[in-house]
Amino acid sequence: MLSIEELSTKVSTRFGRLLEQSILANGELTIVVASQHLQEVCLALRDETAFDFKALMDVCGVDYLQYGISEWETNSATTTGFERGVEVGALQNAPLKQPRFASVYHLLSLTNNQRIRIRVFLNESDLKVPSVVDIWPSANWFERESFDLFGIFYIGHPDLRRLLTDYGFIGHPFRKDFPLIGNVEARYDAKLQRVVYEPVSITPRILEPKVIRRDNRYEVGE
Amino acid sequence: MGNIPEIRNYTFNFGPQHPAAHGVLRLILEVDGETIVRADPHVGLLHRATEKLAESKPYNHTIGYMDRLDYVSMMCNEHGYVLAIEKLLGIAPPVRAQYIRVMFDEITRILNHLLWLGAHGLDIGAMTMFLYAFREREDLLDCYEAVSGTRMHATYYRPGGVYRDLPAQMPQYKVSKWHNEKQVVEMNENRQGSLLDFIWDFTQRFPKRIDEYESLLTENRIWKQRTVGIGVIGPEQAIAMGLTGPMLRGSGVEWDLRKKQPYEVYDQLDFAIPVGATGDCYDRYLVRIEEMRQSNHLIRQCVRWLRDNPGPVMTDNRKVAPPTRLHMKEDMEAMIHHFKLMSEGYCLPEGEAYAAIEHPKGEFGVYLVSDGANKPYRLKIRAAGFPHMAALETLIKGHMISDVVAVLSSLDIVFGEIDR
Repeated sequence: MLSIEELSTKVSTRFGRLLEQSILANGELTIVVASQHLQEVCLALRDETAFDFKALMDVCGVDYLQYGISEWETNSATTTGFERGVEVGALQNAPLKQPRFASVYHLLSLTNNQRIRIRVFLNESDLKVPSVVDIWPSANWFERESFDLFGIFYIGHPDLRRLLTDYGFIGHPFRKDFPLIGNVEARYDAKLQRVVYEPVSITPRILEPKVIRRDNRYEVGE
Repeated sequence: MGNIPEIRNYTFNFGPQHPAAHGVLRLILEVDGETIVRADPHVGLLHRATEKLAESKPYNHTIGYMDRLDYVSMMCNEHGYVLAIEKLLGIAPPVRAQYIRVMFDEITRILNHLLWLGAHGLDIGAMTMFLYAFREREDLLDCYEAVSGTRMHATYYRPGGVYRDLPAQMPQYKVSKWHNEKQVVEMNENRQGSLLDFIWDFTQRFPKRIDEYESLLTENRIWKQRTVGIGVIGPEQAIAMGLTGPMLRGSGVEWDLRKKQPYEVYDQLDFAIPVGATGDCYDRYLVRIEEMRQSNHLIRQCVRWLRDNPGPVMTDNRKVAPPTRLHMKEDMEAMIHHFKLMSEGYCLPEGEAYAAIEHPKGEFGVYLVSDGANKPYRLKIRAAGFPHMAALETLIKGHMISDVVAVLSSLDIVFGEIDR
């Protein structure tokens, strides 16, 4: 069995310029691929015996809109002090250094007992990625879910319908700019004798602000 | 001419409120006579956006949500989540905590398989199984209660260990208007010692109980008629469809994360992986029955080890785990640690991790993206039942309507985890 380092070099030599990036961290290998090369890379990873990734365990979307932005700045607190209350909307959407969305694939090889992660970055203006349903049938529902929750279009998917949200749902709820409490609430209207949807009547609240600490106290892992 | 009626396929609705739908599944079935031509599951009726909720809370607050995913194997869900955090933090729990986790994972596996067996039996018409399975589940849920205070949603595993050590005294029944003194003495007979004694007593009884289940079902003519050759899936297809756990092993693939990618102390314990031959409902039944026996064997090994090896059950890393109450009263630093952990939580280093465990239903994976904050940036739960549900149409195409229920319950689906 290959170690993860050996797999990393093997993947790098096999795909070379097709990989935008290859990251080895926490004992896991992540490769970043452009969407136009995704199918080529996936087919090779599935069919070549050196890789033999016959199983696709997971596909999911990631929205990097607020990545690395905290709700509560603490670095300057010693000089200025800060107050407890955090306004909603404190998470300002800073200009992104990378494309906003990503589609992430987790592969598993049962024969080589190895895992690999593929990430495809996607710009908000061009949210399209080729579907891998033809390569792994298990991608079917995972891609539908990702489409439903993030609005990523999987081109070539035979049946790209919403999966988890309600019939007639509007929006993609797992995007970072979609409010946690949603946009509409449902109520039974006795007069109309049916369920009606209205704008939410509660105001969102931040219970525990998001704080990013990069000081040495958090350098654990001896 | 003209007298021949037009024959069309009939489309009908199954669920979402149907006792055999195992929760809230809406299934649109298209049938040609009695034969299934198309099945379109509509899921998501129990969607609670657990993953998005997790993004708005410090890490530890989400452990409780994990119990509510697959609500018949609660602690295993917690385990997957906690492992992902530990992977990113680079910490490992003390050995005793690892044994406790393994023991409760296996208790949970029996809990899950018992409920599955009961419900599967009920769906196919063997009602006694349900009553038998719940009799045994009661004892195991008492173990949950003894250790965590709740019978189902335990919130017992924590990053860095488990919440507290096993109780030295098993809780006992008291006289009430439902149970008189004589009954209570009888009920408390195996509760005189510690929790470990109670579990040990259970593991001594349980193999005989499995024999009872098997004597009812395994060679039962009706049971075999309903399950043998139904919902067959071959090994290659099972892998391609993303099936894991007993679904994959039922098809003859020897794949178990506890053996292949061991976590905690599984590599030091003795157990076997049962596999099926044909990949039909009957083989999946046999695999799960044998898994219960193996779990029983694993629990006994853990009990033996835990009896002989006292020790800490939580890491002493105070940036992750709170100090003891006693320390807090005496030590300023301990108090600060406690305050910070309870209010803000702890931050994870920037990065991403995927941790997978052998959940009773299959591979339960947690993909965690951290941007260095005290909350997950993105949490993706790879529920074991999700691809199983997606494979339903493949499994039931060409079968009769009555087989839909048999195949559906052999998948062992729980909507808490599929819809998340």
